[in-house]
Amino acid sequence: MIEVENVSFTYPSGVEALKEINLKIKDPDFIAIIGENGAGKTTFIKHLNGILKPTQGEIYVNGVNTKKASVAELSRDVGLVFQNPDHQLFCETVEEEIAFGLKNFGFNKDTISERVTWALNLLDLTKYRKVSPFMLSGGERKRVALATILSWDPKILVLDEPTIGQDFNQKEKLRQFIIQLNSQGRTVIMVTHDVEFVADCNPNVIVMSNTRIINTGSAREVLTNFDLLAKASVLPPQITQLFTQLSDLGLPQNIIDFYKAKQLIIELTKEKLDNEGL
Amino acid sequence: MKVFEGLKFKRGTTAIHRLDPRTKFLISCIIFTLALLFTELISIIILFIAQIPFIFSARIYKEWSRSIRGSLTLVAIILLTNLIVGYVSNNFQLSSQLLTYSISMAFRFVVLMSSFSLFFLTTSPDDLSLALEQSHIPYEFCFAFTTAVRFVPVLAIEAQTIMDAQRSRGLELDKGNFLKRIRNYIPILIPLIVGAIRRSLELAEAMESRAFGAKKKRTNLYILQLKRSDYITFLISFIILSLALYIRYNITIPDIQIPL
Repeated sequence: MIEVENVSFTYPSGVEALKEINLKIKDPDFIAIIGENGAGKTTFIKHLNGILKPTQGEIYVNGVNTKKASVAELSRDVGLVFQNPDHQLFCETVEEEIAFGLKNFGFNKDTISERVTWALNLLDLTKYRKVSPFMLSGGERKRVALATILSWDPKILVLDEPTIGQDFNQKEKLRQFIIQLNSQGRTVIMVTHDVEFVADCNPNVIVMSNTRIINTGSAREVLTNFDLLAKASVLPPQITQLFTQLSDLGLPQNIIDFYKAKQLIIELTKEKLDNEGL
Repeated sequence: MKVFEGLKFKRGTTAIHRLDPRTKFLISCIIFTLALLFTELISIIILFIAQIPFIFSARIYKEWSRSIRGSLTLVAIILLTNLIVGYVSNNFQLSSQLLTYSISMAFRFVVLMSSFSLFFLTTSPDDLSLALEQSHIPYEFCFAFTTAVRFVPVLAIEAQTIMDAQRSRGLELDKGNFLKRIRNYIPILIPLIVGAIRRSLELAEAMESRAFGAKKKRTNLYILQLKRSDYITFLISFIILSLALYIRYNITIPDIQIPL
């Protein structure tokens, strides 16, 4: 459980990055944070494991005030996966890379090798066990980065732009994977610009704009609210735009994902064909 | 990382900013030479104080003090190394002379740091590049040099991000004994170096696709011209330098001794 109480943050350079953020995230929630570049999304998630401490207000992670705990202590519960995997990969093999965090948290040898195998399996990386992370493709490095964090099984997983550099298949796998983690009781928070991915995942959505949270709601509520999205420089999913433009034909305007859209079109076409007696 | 912030150009319109980059470079070089010429604590202190008016008139006090504070670790290392080496080579005896010498050596570094800080804080990388080019240095070298200077703050930001990323994996930088603490920086340094190399290759490709090196002779939009203020500064600097050289070789400087 994460409680954010009236948090504001100003960088040492004087740039105000967050203003009066209030939020309560109960376990196991699934949240997507969207908003324009510079809205404060990344700054906000860096507060969740204590990398940044609020200049005003308090954040409690499972009852612990982030100002009173170290990043290492908080990271045990809040796993933060950075946007760019190249900012953290440094070991000679993928295996060692995954073991690094586990060693830092003081797991014993047997547990480490068990967890490494588990994480490699989970992200389809077993064949790269002994390969240097620097030899992998961008998408694979991104998965290694994710595996390094998942290895110690944090209760809350925070992902910064998880879909960047992933092809369609990997994105779909990632979606199923995130949903599975969530259904197993873990809280997942992701920052993304990919509205199509948000629509397919169907999480709760937080919209940030210009250092503030301007709205929260279900994916369906938020992604069909065109005025709200425009304020945060977000374009609704293409399916939503199409259905809205075709609303004259009697199509509903609250469709956000492909699957629902397909179903509706099949139903409508069938109905029409039936009416025409074909 | 504070050290690097003190080397990042800060836009301004003060008299110091408006000086020709070559003039500013000369001033920094003279301070540099003087700092190496003198070893007495009193001369080093005078050199340090002499820079303060420049710092304030260029309105860079905040950034300058940050770079000085950032260099304090190195200063401590210099102080300790001098003390230890002197102590050992002096039959394990600590004298007030040795202490004074070590302090002045450490303080000399502050003076050098400060003179570089003054130059880089008030000279834009573009001006610097122009100055080098107009001094007939081949463009490739000018470009390499200014790119290096320009990327220092970028690297500093990246180092911070890498630190954040590794701390999120449970790395505690300031934990353990001295050796362990140095080892703690390996997970920061490797991604930083790999990233820098990768970036330099990308930059080379990007430059080549923008016709870098297509023509031997490049033209420039702006051309630097020495103004009267530059000539005056030149003159004053030379007088100071000659005076200092005269003092160095003809007058014994009364040195203060720090008592043990």
